[in-house]
Amino acid sequence: MINFVLLISRQGKVRLTKWYSPYTQKERTKIIRELSGLILTRGPKLCNFVEWRGYKVIYRRYASLYFCMCIDADDNELEVLEIIHHFVEILDRYFGSVCELDLIFNFHKAYYILDEILIAGELQESSKKNVARLIAAQACNPHIWLTYLFVFA
Amino acid sequence: MEQLRTIGRELAMGSQGGWGQSKEFLDLVKSIGEVRSKAEEDRIIARELEHLKRRLADPDVPRRKMKELLLRLVYAEMLGHDASFGHIHAVKMTHDESLPLKRTGYLAVALFLDERHDLVILVVNTIQKDLRSDNYLVVCAALTAACRLIGEEAIPAVLPQVVELLAHPKEAVRKKAVMALHRFYQRSPSSVSHLVSNFRKRLCDNDPGVMGATLCPLYDLILEEPNSYKDLVVSFVNILKQVVERRLPTSYDYHQIPAPFIQIKLLKILAVLGSGDKQASGHMYTVLGDIFRKGDTASNIGNAILYECICCISSIFPNPKMLEAAAETTSKFLKSDSHNLKYMGIDALGRLIKINPDIAEEHQLAVIDCLEDPDDTLKRKTFELLYKMTKSTNVEVIVDRMIEYMINITDHHYKTEIASRCVELAEQFAPSNQWFIQTMNKVFEHAGDLVNIRVAHNLMRLIAEGFGEEDEGADSQLRSSAVDSYLRIVGEPKLPSSFLQIICWVLGEYGTADGKYSASYIIGKLCDVAEAHLTDDTVKAYAISAILKIFAFEIALGRKIDLLPECQTLVDELSASHSTDLQQRAYELQALLGLDKNAVESVMPADASCEDIEVDRNLSFLNSYVQQALENGASPYIPESERSGVISVGSYRSQEQQETSAHTLRFEAYEMPKPSLPLATSQTSMSTPTTDLVPVTEPGYYKEDHQTSKSQPPGDAVSGEFGVKLCLDGVQKKWGRPTYSSSTPSSLASSQQTTNGASHSDGGGSSSQPRESSYGSKRQQGTEVSAEKQRLAASLFGSAAAKADRKAQASRKTAKDSPSTEKVATTNVTAQPVKEQVIPAAPPPDLLDLGDEPVSSNPPSADPFSQLEGLLGPASAAPVLSGTPATSTSKAPDLMSIFSDDVPTGVASGSTDPTLGDVNSTSSHKGATAVASKKGPSLQDALQKDATARQVGVTPTGNNPNLFKDILG
Repeated sequence: MINFVLLISRQGKVRLTKWYSPYTQKERTKIIRELSGLILTRGPKLCNFVEWRGYKVIYRRYASLYFCMCIDADDNELEVLEIIHHFVEILDRYFGSVCELDLIFNFHKAYYILDEILIAGELQESSKKNVARLIAAQACNPHIWLTYLFVFA
Repeated sequence: MEQLRTIGRELAMGSQGGWGQSKEFLDLVKSIGEVRSKAEEDRIIARELEHLKRRLADPDVPRRKMKELLLRLVYAEMLGHDASFGHIHAVKMTHDESLPLKRTGYLAVALFLDERHDLVILVVNTIQKDLRSDNYLVVCAALTAACRLIGEEAIPAVLPQVVELLAHPKEAVRKKAVMALHRFYQRSPSSVSHLVSNFRKRLCDNDPGVMGATLCPLYDLILEEPNSYKDLVVSFVNILKQVVERRLPTSYDYHQIPAPFIQIKLLKILAVLGSGDKQASGHMYTVLGDIFRKGDTASNIGNAILYECICCISSIFPNPKMLEAAAETTSKFLKSDSHNLKYMGIDALGRLIKINPDIAEEHQLAVIDCLEDPDDTLKRKTFELLYKMTKSTNVEVIVDRMIEYMINITDHHYKTEIASRCVELAEQFAPSNQWFIQTMNKVFEHAGDLVNIRVAHNLMRLIAEGFGEEDEGADSQLRSSAVDSYLRIVGEPKLPSSFLQIICWVLGEYGTADGKYSASYIIGKLCDVAEAHLTDDTVKAYAISAILKIFAFEIALGRKIDLLPECQTLVDELSASHSTDLQQRAYELQALLGLDKNAVESVMPADASCEDIEVDRNLSFLNSYVQQALENGASPYIPESERSGVISVGSYRSQEQQETSAHTLRFEAYEMPKPSLPLATSQTSMSTPTTDLVPVTEPGYYKEDHQTSKSQPPGDAVSGEFGVKLCLDGVQKKWGRPTYSSSTPSSLASSQQTTNGASHSDGGGSSSQPRESSYGSKRQQGTEVSAEKQRLAASLFGSAAAKADRKAQASRKTAKDSPSTEKVATTNVTAQPVKEQVIPAAPPPDLLDLGDEPVSSNPPSADPFSQLEGLLGPASAAPVLSGTPATSTSKAPDLMSIFSDDVPTGVASGSTDPTLGDVNSTSSHKGATAVASKKGPSLQDALQKDATARQVGVTPTGNNPNLFKDILG
């Protein structure tokens, strides 16, 4: 089971947090501080896994953003690495080549997307198409897409 | 280009007011992005929170604006600030009619609250209503929130509706309903246990997404109780087969692999179902073989499936072909350049060696490379592997390595873990007592405050009791060596408290026992300890007690002893101590000094620590006192169970417990009050729990009555919360479960000190550049591998090669008097390895046969109990073994060897226990084998092995020197 999802920038700024296991605000701050110290300092060719307090934290770096997921000791690390990538691919499809700014200013949309992929710490949908369809059904503002077209044209 | 894009976006957001956000919010985000320090950020957020507080309280804010304010609140809380004042507004927003606002409300609520939060009670009602909505999007939002917010107490309130939704026409809703039920199961298994048939039904859902989601709860259920789901094995295998054959819609493909996440989940389930079940496993082999054949080692996700496959194979009933495929894939992982794959390879190896320990030998150099890798994660994983493959032959090397690593890390959590592993391995496999004591000293010296205090007590007991054998000489030798080492260490600064306690205790008990050190010398040392640790009362108490014991022993021996001045100061200081315990001990010491020899002997008998203290639970020594009191007119004691008429505290409490367990929050309306008659009954029943008059007819009312009388607020709060605006922040929890106490250790302050600060992007984990010295090239230049590595490999893996030697030392118990044999053994081992790594240990076809062997022809080694039967005599030993009586009878008594033995090879026949083996074999074979089994590798054993080997089809060739070492030697 995934205990939490964490998006932190290379400077240690939090971009998104989703907690599937109960933590108090104080614990959360501590976890973030601890993990950014642990993960941001790791070299590029090392494992994408960090053992931490009996859990495993799987992280993957995309440009300047680290996607981290904390899983139980008996979970499949490579699978979680791909769940992260699955999430990023869907973000990418939704935002149209996603970048950190999209996630900063539209973090609530990233949350909605994450909610369609993970529920209660488990992967609920592995089909990109299904997720995209649901998100589209929920999005009530199609103008966003036009803005993107304008910017990238 | 990247910059241009950023500018473009910023322009767009500046000129058009951004992506649906207001200027204020964008400014906030921007200013946060520009801050240079944490303090500055805190200031900005504090200002923002002030602003939000004002705005949110303003009743005139339009609802659309409210949504944005809420998102800003989420943002502030994400950055780690307390925004609890706004939580109630998020709750209010979930009541909104409009879907976007409702979703925002649910999003914020799910981020702000968890199931233990007081405000959740206000959301339950809304969730209930929304689950009945016609709009499936509303239902989806409610289900998502339910997963997060519905705790154990609220499950009954929403359960019926969630179950209904399992048949919803929209697959998205069905899927979320399944996941919600899964979550409910995790919270409270009993609440969902009657719904198992629903999960089974959903497994056949038309939509693969729903089917995939159903695997989550089924996995948990199967994990709990595998036997009730054996009938599903065939279905799971069929599903997996269909997935592998690409029968699912292509939208489930991920990087050209068909539905990998579903495959992995299915493999996990099969691993549980096939564990130890030959029949169930039989169904799986074909499909597992298919997966291996189609396996894609180029992509990450392909490797994830292969890894899960290996896990599955190592868990189900072993099949030689499958094991071979798994071993092959594992070696591919280990030889890979990617650290991730190496990590998975090490993990897979750890699983496979449980079935066939020989697999490890082939990869010894790869393992050692991982052990010496700068990557900490990989290193730790390798230590885990070594921990799993520790035997009596390699325990010294492994534990030394572990301690060396332990000394240098700062991560308390891991330090604790590795320290306890060292202790465990040392206790289990220690080759000699000296080594054991030394190892424990090192562990305590560097991680003494982290290991369980029980370990310290174990060590003291071990030193006191020796190893439970009649040989007193060895025990006293052990004690004096412990005393020696402690006297050396004791002067060092910064020793952990628990270690000092051991030192003091041992010095007090055995410091003067062998006459090497004078009493005053030991006392002087102990005084130093007490003085150096002024703040630690426990250590001081141990020290003063130790001094007391030494005085007592001296006096008992009739020697005169003077109180040293420093000791006198210590005693004076302690008798004026604030701690009454220390005072008591100091006064006892002073009193003891005044006693004569006989009195001291009976007060402090020598070596009394080994005597068992019998606890008189009936307090029979008080009988006369009680008798006297009764004669003086005291009323007799009546046990609680026999009391009647009086409200007994115990039974009342048990009743209360019953109440609370039955007491869950009720979400239906309260019933009308009943006339007072039942109330009276209930009260009497409360006082006399033995009567059968418990009001079964009005359980609800009774419960309510009790509940409201116990805690006043709930009734009021529930009814009044919507009318009056409650400010619930900061209010203490009055009902529900107690507040969460942190489950994670809070004393962690670890920061990895990796020098590599800069790092660059790695797009795909599997596509990292080849390392300069790949494993393959290393193998080719086998001779160039550093001698040190080879030595290490030898000492770690040589065990299988030196099976014969191992027998000589076997367990700690038997090896105690033979440190010299020990050395011979290790040197033998070190001589082995070079040969080993050039020539692969076992050719693949042998692996096949050997994998089959243990199951069919050598069951006794797998069953410790049947081995124990061997102790009883020849009659019971006979049926266990068909043609190999000598081997397994002699093996029977040596329990330690069961753990360290190479079970699957089959040829690794019993390790002979010199002490007990005698008895057994004489009784069963009239002394014929007694001589043979006396010492280490015997002719009998060797012939036996040869015969077994020939049966299996292995011929003693140069390819496999280790197996037949004992024949040759």
